[in-house]
Amino acid sequence: MAKDEFEKREFKVVGTRVARPDGLDKVTGRARYGADMSAPGMLVGYCLRSPHAHARIKSIDTSEAEAMAGVKAVITRADFTNVPASDGTRDILDNVMANDKALYDGHTVAAVAATSRSAAKAALKAIKVDYEVLPHVTDVDAAMLPGAPELHQGRQQESVPEGFSQNVLARSQYGHGDVDAGFAQADVIIERSFKTAATHQGYIEPHACLATMGNDNQGDLFCCTQGHYMVRNTCADILGMESGRLRVTASEIGGGFGGKTTVFLEPVALMLSKKSGKPVKMTMSRDEVMRASGPTASTSIDIKIGTTRDGVITAATGEFRYQSGCFYAMNGALGAMCGFAPYDLENLKSVGWEVTTNRPKAAAYRAPGAPMAAFAVESVVDEVAKEIGMDPIDFRLKNAADEGTKSAYGPTYPAIGLRATLEAAKAHPHWSAPLGKNQGRGVGCGFWFNFGGDTCVSLMLNPDGTVSLSEGNPDIGGSRASMSMMAAEELGVPYENVRTIVADTASLGQNEVTDGSRVTFAVGLATIKAARHAIEIMKARAAATWGIDAEAVEWVDGAAQPAGPNAGKFPPLTVKEIAATMSNTGGPIAGHFEANAEGAGVSFGTHICDTEVDPETGAVKILRYTVFQDAGKAVHPDYVEGQLQGGAVQGIGWALNEEYIYGEDGTLQNAGYLDYRIPVASDLPMIEPVILEIPNPGHPYGVRGVGETGIVPPLATIANAVSRAAGVRMTSLPMSPPKVLAAIKAN
Amino acid sequence: MSRIHVTTTVNGDAVDYLCEADDTLLDVLRDQLDLTGSKEGCASGDCGACTVELDGRLVCSCLVLGAEAEGRTVETIEGMANGDVLHPLQKNFIEKAALQCGVCTPGILVAAKNLLDHTPDPSEEEVRYWLAGNLCRCTGYDKIIRAVLDTAAEMRGAA
Repeated sequence: MAKDEFEKREFKVVGTRVARPDGLDKVTGRARYGADMSAPGMLVGYCLRSPHAHARIKSIDTSEAEAMAGVKAVITRADFTNVPASDGTRDILDNVMANDKALYDGHTVAAVAATSRSAAKAALKAIKVDYEVLPHVTDVDAAMLPGAPELHQGRQQESVPEGFSQNVLARSQYGHGDVDAGFAQADVIIERSFKTAATHQGYIEPHACLATMGNDNQGDLFCCTQGHYMVRNTCADILGMESGRLRVTASEIGGGFGGKTTVFLEPVALMLSKKSGKPVKMTMSRDEVMRASGPTASTSIDIKIGTTRDGVITAATGEFRYQSGCFYAMNGALGAMCGFAPYDLENLKSVGWEVTTNRPKAAAYRAPGAPMAAFAVESVVDEVAKEIGMDPIDFRLKNAADEGTKSAYGPTYPAIGLRATLEAAKAHPHWSAPLGKNQGRGVGCGFWFNFGGDTCVSLMLNPDGTVSLSEGNPDIGGSRASMSMMAAEELGVPYENVRTIVADTASLGQNEVTDGSRVTFAVGLATIKAARHAIEIMKARAAATWGIDAEAVEWVDGAAQPAGPNAGKFPPLTVKEIAATMSNTGGPIAGHFEANAEGAGVSFGTHICDTEVDPETGAVKILRYTVFQDAGKAVHPDYVEGQLQGGAVQGIGWALNEEYIYGEDGTLQNAGYLDYRIPVASDLPMIEPVILEIPNPGHPYGVRGVGETGIVPPLATIANAVSRAAGVRMTSLPMSPPKVLAAIKAN
Repeated sequence: MSRIHVTTTVNGDAVDYLCEADDTLLDVLRDQLDLTGSKEGCASGDCGACTVELDGRLVCSCLVLGAEAEGRTVETIEGMANGDVLHPLQKNFIEKAALQCGVCTPGILVAAKNLLDHTPDPSEEEVRYWLAGNLCRCTGYDKIIRAVLDTAAEMRGAA
């Protein structure tokens, strides 16, 4: 179904800026997020966490805690007697409740449910854990060396060559051509090494859930997540129960950005509830979110690019070493696939490495793995362009991937929008605006795959002609509005007549997590198909009413009408009229659609940024920022702009401030918003979004996901701007004032 | 532990509650008064998601003890609309897409209203610095700043 879904059409609802259905709840404080739900007789649950980066758990004595007033359940790993079916879920269990070793500062080793917070906290203090502290490692390069402290044994994949520690779990290689021959043709070759610090998604809402589980092995869970079906399946596997016996309802979600695509508290809360026989609510503190949820990988990257004097890249290589915390995660491979994706390269070798360290397991963060790769590649691209005296946009245009280009990661591109974003950037007044002293302008490109995946939508016609739409993906960026818009567009009814809700796991079939920028694409596609299904039924009802063939009925402007003069002469039947009589024409009318959606359509963006560097302090100010991104078709332009602006600002934080800082003892030194500083309003200018619309052939309206690509170019764009402003190439993120000042002084 | 009896005014209503000595005003609002519009994002006064007015002054309710509200006046997001009539800031945050996930929105609205109450014609820079204590991770602040400026203009009758 991938190729030929798109049909050009005039839109009536899609492309407008309607009010979101969840708006009123969110501006009045009524909206219910993960921590906002309570249940009668509810207990509160808290985790005891390892203070050590790496330690063997010799014993845990919970007897004193269990005897304390108000304490209703204490659990450790010993309570999780079921062995999960998959290796991935086994890692998740080991992450949410430590097995024989604590693998990072903040790793949960026990948990308590009690009648009050004070009783629970007192009980945590009464649990005695006997640790044997082990040597630890948190830096990716150090972790790879032979002799490094090792987290696991026997998990190294066959792809890893000799000479590395057991922390190196996998190596993957992408590319084509002959890089040695390519470099031999180059007039200029530049090779650089880069490092980036781990960052956190920084969603303002900490993880939270309310679990109810009985000894009948039946449960209910309310939680903030990007995917309640994933939560259900994972928790059921961990607890050894049938997934159909666990119903999960997604709360409003207070930001996720990829960080809520796995479970942390949920299996623990369910086990506490099962053991205590009462509902248990758990909420993470910010300290726990920072120490023990899923930040990004930190990286160490080498890039080498060769070019001719007239600006043709002849060869490129990249080594992308990513540490993703204490368990396997595919991040280095994603970096190796994405870094060179904007370019049409004859000779490429791009290698990704997956490394474990004594840090919390990385989770996704908006185009996981790609921003750091783009930082490294686009920095060298900028330097090469400068070296041969070519405008950096012209250099990128000369080497840009197009329809038909064999991508860095293998497949050949269909219609893509990279060139359009570069041309729009070049033509924009920002690119030619004058710069002042200590100021520099940077440009950078970014790529993300975008995903489709399992998707179900059900669309119900109500007796008064209004429409109820059920989708199964938590609404993280306005998707309920977008689904209502696409259903209204297809049915030919007003936007206000369609109300979209996020159904629980018992009310709709399996849905993939809200990730991979997939929702507006995949759920949108399913919504359109569900609407078409309902239209077919409505046409059949009209045909039966008129006594003509269903094939002789067409759907125009929200009504069935005879397809032509030969079909008969009947006045159109509107949705409202068909709904009013549906009980007599065959019963309720509903459309539905289920598929593993393909054809997501890759996404590209180009950013321009102006910075000013204070030569006295090394502080960087963002003066102006413009984002160019291909949205395929912007269903709700406000929310597309919001994704581009939000992604850019997260990238600004990553580039300039944000960093996980570990002490010599391997503990996190800045587990809070005071010392882990995300951008605030006064740090920033307005962020100008420019939406390009190159239709995605895989979607009926041409939609591409837009959620993730916006964070890919900023790290490089800002580094290029700072490097040009400071007159020295910046190769380490974040570009915090001390680092920038040191670089200026060393120059 | 003996608990403290507190009598106070929240959103114009007289209320009383019993709290533990270390309960914050945010704990009391959320867990005892069921006013869950104020959010706990950090519990350290860094994110502003719990912003309320205490005697007309903006505070992070996570940094105020429940016991300290005795005899004072608390205004939360739940008191911002007048019945079913939204404050212009609330209306414009919906119309101008100034929110995404919405978890920071209550704190930002309370803070922005406080600004406009005493500064009806703020500059962009003033709005940015006034809201610098309210973290938003979704929007990049652009549409929030514009919505506050547009609302100020509208409320001055200059729109």
